[in-house]
Amino acid sequence: MVFIHQNLLTLITFIPLAGGVLLLLFPGERKNAARWFALVVSLIPLALALLGWMWFNAAPCNDLVQQACFEQQTLWFPILNSYYHLGVDGISMTMVLLTTLLTPLAILISWSIEDRVNLYMALFLTLEMGMLGVFVSLDLLLFFVFWEFGLVPMYFLINMWGSANRQYASFKFIIYTMAGSLGLLLSIQLIGLTMGTFDLTEIMVRWPALAPESRLVGVAVGVVKNVAFWLFVLAFAIKVPVWPFHTWLPDAHTEAPTAGSMILAGVLLKLGAYGFLRLVLPLFPVQAHNFAPVLAVLAMLAIVLGAFSSFAQTDFKRLVAYSSVNHMGWVVLAIAVAGWVGVGGQHDPEGINQLNAIIATNGAVLQMFNHGISAAAMFALVGMMYDRLHTRDLTQMGGLWLVAPVYGGIMIFTSMASLGLPGLNGFVSEFMVVRGVWPVSPVFELMVFISLLGLLFTGAYILKAIAHVLHGPLNRDAVALAHGRSLEINLREVVALAPLLVLMLLIGVFPAWLVGVINQTVTLLLT
Amino acid sequence: MTLETLVWLIPLPPLLAFFVILLFTRGNKRISDLVSVASILLTWVISIIVLIGALGTFHLGENPIITQIVWLPLGESVETSLTMGALVDPLGAVMLFFVPLTATMIFIYSTGYMASGHYWTEVKGEAHGEDHESDEHHEVVVDDAGRKLTQFDATKWKARFMAFISLFAGAMLILSIADSLLLLFVGWEIMGLCSYLLIGFWHNRVYPNQPNRTTPLKAGIKAFMTTRVGDVFMLLGIAWLYSVTGTLNFRETLYSGEMLLALEAPAFPTLGQSVPLLAGLSIAGSISILLFIGTVGKSAQFPLHTWLPDAMEGPTPVSAMIHAATMVSAGVYLLIRMFPLITVGWHGHGYPPAMKVIAGVGAFTALFAATISIAQRDVKKVLAYSTISQLGYMVAAVGIGAYIAAAFHLMTHAIFKALLFMGSGSVIHAVEHGEQHAHHEGHHFPIDFDAQDMFNMGGLWSRIPVTAWTFLVGGMALSGFPLITAGFWSKDEILADAWLHAPVVFFVLAAAAFLTGFYTMRQIGLTFAGKPRTHAAEEATQRDWRMNLPLIVLAVFGVVAGYVGVHEDFPLLGRLFGGNPFHHFVSQTLLESPEVALFDWTPVLLSVIVAVGGLLVGWLVYVRRPLEVGEADPLKKVLGPLYTLFENKYYFDELYEVAFIRPSQWLARQIYEVIDRGMIDGLLHFIARSTEWWAFRNKDFDTGVVNRGVDSMAEGIGEASDSFKYVQSGRIQQYLAVVAAGVLMLAAVFIWALFLH
Repeated sequence: MVFIHQNLLTLITFIPLAGGVLLLLFPGERKNAARWFALVVSLIPLALALLGWMWFNAAPCNDLVQQACFEQQTLWFPILNSYYHLGVDGISMTMVLLTTLLTPLAILISWSIEDRVNLYMALFLTLEMGMLGVFVSLDLLLFFVFWEFGLVPMYFLINMWGSANRQYASFKFIIYTMAGSLGLLLSIQLIGLTMGTFDLTEIMVRWPALAPESRLVGVAVGVVKNVAFWLFVLAFAIKVPVWPFHTWLPDAHTEAPTAGSMILAGVLLKLGAYGFLRLVLPLFPVQAHNFAPVLAVLAMLAIVLGAFSSFAQTDFKRLVAYSSVNHMGWVVLAIAVAGWVGVGGQHDPEGINQLNAIIATNGAVLQMFNHGISAAAMFALVGMMYDRLHTRDLTQMGGLWLVAPVYGGIMIFTSMASLGLPGLNGFVSEFMVVRGVWPVSPVFELMVFISLLGLLFTGAYILKAIAHVLHGPLNRDAVALAHGRSLEINLREVVALAPLLVLMLLIGVFPAWLVGVINQTVTLLLT
Repeated sequence: MTLETLVWLIPLPPLLAFFVILLFTRGNKRISDLVSVASILLTWVISIIVLIGALGTFHLGENPIITQIVWLPLGESVETSLTMGALVDPLGAVMLFFVPLTATMIFIYSTGYMASGHYWTEVKGEAHGEDHESDEHHEVVVDDAGRKLTQFDATKWKARFMAFISLFAGAMLILSIADSLLLLFVGWEIMGLCSYLLIGFWHNRVYPNQPNRTTPLKAGIKAFMTTRVGDVFMLLGIAWLYSVTGTLNFRETLYSGEMLLALEAPAFPTLGQSVPLLAGLSIAGSISILLFIGTVGKSAQFPLHTWLPDAMEGPTPVSAMIHAATMVSAGVYLLIRMFPLITVGWHGHGYPPAMKVIAGVGAFTALFAATISIAQRDVKKVLAYSTISQLGYMVAAVGIGAYIAAAFHLMTHAIFKALLFMGSGSVIHAVEHGEQHAHHEGHHFPIDFDAQDMFNMGGLWSRIPVTAWTFLVGGMALSGFPLITAGFWSKDEILADAWLHAPVVFFVLAAAAFLTGFYTMRQIGLTFAGKPRTHAAEEATQRDWRMNLPLIVLAVFGVVAGYVGVHEDFPLLGRLFGGNPFHHFVSQTLLESPEVALFDWTPVLLSVIVAVGGLLVGWLVYVRRPLEVGEADPLKKVLGPLYTLFENKYYFDELYEVAFIRPSQWLARQIYEVIDRGMIDGLLHFIARSTEWWAFRNKDFDTGVVNRGVDSMAEGIGEASDSFKYVQSGRIQQYLAVVAAGVLMLAAVFIWALFLH
């Protein structure tokens, strides 16, 4: 137990990788063995994360600089003074839980993959390692390595197991994100060079305190900071994605295999938002404050235009993909407020907006978690229909509730979580964001007000999907597309969705268990 | 068990029933019926116990039954966190009286109503596969629009229906016991979902020969979206109130004098200087208006009223549930609940802007909807518009400050309107039954025969006497027949208040009251009076006790429920019925108990005259000389083009279609195609192509200039690499195995260095 406690994060992060490596040794024809092995391996980090969650609750650590939870630190790259430094607070712990939860479910959904199963599963587990690494890293270089690492398996997953237009989508995905990463690498190096270390806890203390007038290799620190800030923002904005950097998302989501879309929407997008919270806000408080209104406008555009674009789709999966743009917009809107008030409330000395920012940021993190589970579930549901009908065209479906009653019930339930129905999870976080952002300033008031249009159209596209898939007279041609296979959901698929459905209800009815963890960290961050 | 715990338990049984039915018993209709009815009965019993406890509590207004938990831990302390809990104060107790009562009756009724019937559905697609139950026993016919249609068993999803109405009832009860605006909103929105699911319950239904008629599916979406327009504004109002006061708890915000005083500050201090319209708005007023927009959506007030009539596409028990007892009442309940906030800045004279808006919208809706109601053919549509109109009364009552009267009418209306809806359902069932019966006897019916069209009825009085008598009671209550009906007492109280405070509102409402009497009598005349106009009406029957029992129970309450609110000074009856106990009980909810308006004969007499006058005119036109077969509505001749205008609901549906629905669909397509695909992706593709172009120019340079010089060197390297080429087998497994081995090795080194070293 002591060993586990001391090395918890290392174990959580690298067990998937070890499993992935072992999977490659599996003979290609033992498909079921590869599946079961991958599933079992992916359950270990989940079990560890749950254990960690319990430990965390018993002794929460909310200040990364003072004392991060499950901290580990070893010199890694002596010449660069970079450390293998891991640790979590309430925000990253929540994300770790999300990642370790979604991976086994995505693997369970991937049972229908028949082509090169062991390679597929290996890539999936490697992907999990990359994502987890980002959330637990407390060293900028390490952060970047994990950040990039996650891209590669996802590229192959889309490129090799995707649908018709996969070449275009995977290429767009990797080039776009790489373009963002370049700047990220550059600015991480800038910071490393200036600070003489990549250790995040140290940088968090010293970097923001650097006087803007002081010079660095002949350039004013203020300029360096501005450049580094924009490069950070660009990298994370592409990942979230913030409008107008979002057009890779519908393509990648639509073409990816089902489980790939689940993880893409469920976790990968959160990396961007996490980057904003973990790095941009603490490292660039001045710039974040100045940029906050712009970010809020972009968030508003994502919410409104994302909802409209989603409403315009006739492709089931694309419709769900665009809903991510819409939902992540709320996260970004809240982050803008956090930036406006500033870490430690430094731009709000009288504390007028302190509570507002705390509520909004809590909402942002909760929305990340909520969108993670409901988007994953939505993509899983889309994938199930696609498996059977081999089409995603909404106009070719209709009335399927008659032949797939359980599927229909689950889809309506999940859709409602995504729509933000009170009593389910999405509402709690959206309400917190609206509540937190609204009173901050007239600009933010206006942004919230316009965003409500997005909220309205969220309803419109969700109902559109339900109406086209489930409702109306049964379209026999759609049933014929399945070639005799039942359209009803099967037991394995129910098992894969059940944890998500339970969480949607649980968070909707009693969010305190989760918000309590997030809130402590967020409160400390902003006061 | 303490009362506090019991309050929590009130909404629980139906919510559990929802899950139990959907998860376990959905395959068995009978058990599902039992589960849902048992759950609501249990809730009713608990509510009665709580109600008795509440009535026995000394000064319930000051000592309400409260329980709370921390729902959202926010910030550093419990102070800044969000709590949630249950509250029963006098107003809540009123809700606990009529909501479980009507819900129970509706549940029992539903088990009967949903047990028979068929409707038309379309056979879509060319494929022939195994049949999907829908058309096993039914032949396929082709209608005028060229669609292939077949009959569908309306009872197929009965278990699901019982589950949905259970959830619905649970949500309404959550709303009734909510101690904060947020929990109220939770119940409010879940009801919105249920109404969507229930209105569109027969989602695969189509109407033969009427391809453009609103189907249940479209009606459900319309209801959800229209109410959502109101809901997003309401959400904003909630967020605003929360950010100003730091809490959403009713007692901490609404019943705290300091808090209300703080909310009297102008909402737009700077903006108000340039925009005079905003100048007089206090924070409280602005929040009230935002919340009121929520009510406008939910209680179907003008201009968001269009969803409610279409919502009649749902099975009739749903209409009784949504459009009488629960959901639409929720909107008015919200207003009554928020009364202290709405009336901030009102000191007995000179209404603040928010109250003016509310009174104006309410009064206008009351009259507006009543005019539409007089020209409807569908038995349920008459009631639908009547509901909108009656809700307008209550909204107007809140707007003019008649707090108690609004609550009183809310209660009586829920009872008699549920009764009327269920009565109309019984009528529809009887006519459908008659149609089937006559069909078997060889009478031919067109495929678009409408069992809800009152012109296809007539003479039902002797066929379904229980329904007829109870419907009469409900109708009289609705039109406010003097002294014996509940509706008289509650409506009279609103009118008396209006007479005293806002004469304009009084006259508008009085005109609406006249129309109410008229359309009620028209409906009764067309449905029950005279001789049957079709074979279906001739053979109509309905003898299901599950449907008749609720009618009788509600008819009794439709009479007696009014006696709790008779004005103290009303001659004879005032003393007889305990001197207006309703007023004394409910008024404690407020900080300052509202004064009882002095008894005045003028409004009472005026309201009697208009109500009885309306009934009399209706009687003269439709009952004294009942309509013959094929005869047009006599009103058509009198009103001329106005009749067409009323019949078509002032063309609001068409207007909204052109003004909102089509433009937003167009806008959505443009945003996707022009902005995303065209501009953003266009730019990306341009960058990609330019880069590619540059890359090729570079390649040309490399091959043409650089390579030639290096070629000789390359050849040397090429030979050397020949010996390595076997590594490059092109088999990805092999590559990865090598990588894997490397990684494992590295990991081993790594672990050794980190932990064992």
